[in-house]
Amino acid sequence: MTIPRIVGAGLIVIGVGVGIGKIGGQAMEAIARQPEAYGKIQTAMLIAAALIEGIGFAALFATAEA
Amino acid sequence: MEQLLEDFSLGLFFWQSLLFIALVLLLWKFAWKPILGAVNDREEGIKNALAAAEDAKKEMQNVTADSEKLLKEARAEREAMLKEAREIKDKLIADSKEQAKLEGDKMIKQAQAAIESEKKAAVADIKSQVANLSVDIAEKIIKEQLSDKSKQLKLVDDLLGDIKLN
Amino acid sequence: MLFSFCKNSVHLHRFLETDILNGMRKTFLIKFLFVVALFFSASTFASVKEDSSEGEDKDLKTHIQEYIQHHLKDSHDFSLFSYDSEDGTTHHVGFPLPVILIDNGLKVFSSSKFHHGETVAEVDGSYYKLYHSKIYKTDAAGTINYDEKHHATNEKPLDFSITKGVVMIFFTCLLMFFLFRGLARSYAKNGSIPKGVGRFFEPIVLYIRDDIAISNIGEKRYKKYMPFLLTVFFFIWFLNMFGLTPLGVNVTGNIAVTAALAIITFLLTNLTGTKDYWKHLFDPLGDSMPWYGKILLYIILIPIEILGIFIKPFSLLIRLYANMQAGHIVVMSLIGLMFIFKSWVGSPLSFGLAFAISLIEILVALLQAYIFTMLSALYFGFASEEHEHAEAH
Repeated sequence: MTIPRIVGAGLIVIGVGVGIGKIGGQAMEAIARQPEAYGKIQTAMLIAAALIEGIGFAALFATAEA
Repeated sequence: MEQLLEDFSLGLFFWQSLLFIALVLLLWKFAWKPILGAVNDREEGIKNALAAAEDAKKEMQNVTADSEKLLKEARAEREAMLKEAREIKDKLIADSKEQAKLEGDKMIKQAQAAIESEKKAAVADIKSQVANLSVDIAEKIIKEQLSDKSKQLKLVDDLLGDIKLN
Repeated sequence: MLFSFCKNSVHLHRFLETDILNGMRKTFLIKFLFVVALFFSASTFASVKEDSSEGEDKDLKTHIQEYIQHHLKDSHDFSLFSYDSEDGTTHHVGFPLPVILIDNGLKVFSSSKFHHGETVAEVDGSYYKLYHSKIYKTDAAGTINYDEKHHATNEKPLDFSITKGVVMIFFTCLLMFFLFRGLARSYAKNGSIPKGVGRFFEPIVLYIRDDIAISNIGEKRYKKYMPFLLTVFFFIWFLNMFGLTPLGVNVTGNIAVTAALAIITFLLTNLTGTKDYWKHLFDPLGDSMPWYGKILLYIILIPIEILGIFIKPFSLLIRLYANMQAGHIVVMSLIGLMFIFKSWVGSPLSFGLAFAISLIEILVALLQAYIFTMLSALYFGFASEEHEHAEAH
């Protein structure tokens, strides 16, 4: 029995969700700790989230070979 | 992945690249350069104006500080000059006093010396005149007394009589 | 934590009934789910189509799915909308666009010859047919041969047509050109003070200069990248916004467009790379290790570094493409749900959701433009780093 591809896609979504959620959460904490560094933290957060998102999309396309 | 490759349209890629590069170049020349230039100029202008204002402020402060310093210097100089003048005056007075005293002393001494020497000369003169006079008187007296022979003999007798052979 | 995510995604997957405005994380999740849904539905699409006799409900779903599929692709005519008249024929409102093919010489003709894919176009003795928004060369009857995976196997001529996407790109280029040239002129006229629309765009230009270019590339070298960064930001932003209008042109959600943009970033990064950049690539450890120590590490490190050069622009193109594609699918699926529910509860609900997602999409349109520009600037920053900077880390 083979594992359906959608399971892999689900795993990717879980992984990426956890990753981006963690980045967002940590960024919130960091902003709460240092509100004056808001801009820098936001930029770093977006970059990190974008990188994970890119990888996630690439992986999704890889699983979704039609 | 396969689907992605299938979706890829070479024509659209070509047009997109062409139009986009043209857009970048056109906007570069006609929009971004002037816009960024203008913004830069403006910022530069603001920066310069601020710097100039700061400079002026500093200059102002410098000027006040300078004038204050000048004033202080002038005052000090005046003070110094006054002090010097006073000193000079005092010194002059002291000097002249001393000079006068010295001169006076010297004159007194000279006068005393002159008086002394005059006195000595006068005494010497008197002595010689007294001697001459006494010689003259003696001569006259002798001449008178010895005018005749008897008198001369008498004198010799007297004298001889005085001289006793002791 | 993991459990909550699973629960969340299952929940979303079923009816999209959660409060989506809660945060960015959820929009990402929705997008992922829809990308998945798109591709898996595409794979099962053929089988659904064949037994469409199951009922009208199923047929409507297929119809909507087909419509979305069609919309996501580029098309050879600019159709605004279409409707079925009472006698059963479909009317399309819009205008045809020129088709340019390279197939034994240049062939230019109007896309009206295809009749929206319903008929075969005959040009100079060759026959062409539109099938799933692509032009195939066929025989006079317009037969399309399929392989076992239901892919068309007909020959595809080189297609340089002025498609809907190209028209929108051209339109955006013109708009940007006149907009920003006008802005530049107003600066010259008013003594460096923006007027009108410039008051809106100037802070954005300044933001890109100060917070994207200067902070990532550095004071010394940012100037030569500015034209590209500014243009790419506004270009992506405008096209994303046009994609949200009822015109619904999905230009930035097209892989050819994002690939073109990413390739320009790639070329700019590597062509302007300094000596230190290349040294950093091929000799990342420098003098900190003797050569015999480095060789073993470099067997692993250098291929990774070289791969990284290509992965960076690739992730750029995939990110923009997938985000825009997913956004369109979400919005259109939610609009499609209205017709499927046809009830007092479902339709307003899906309307509300479609509205909320559209609002988020406006944010995403800006965010994706920003991220593309930001990451491009970051890569340029890597490429133009000077030695003393490399020493710092």
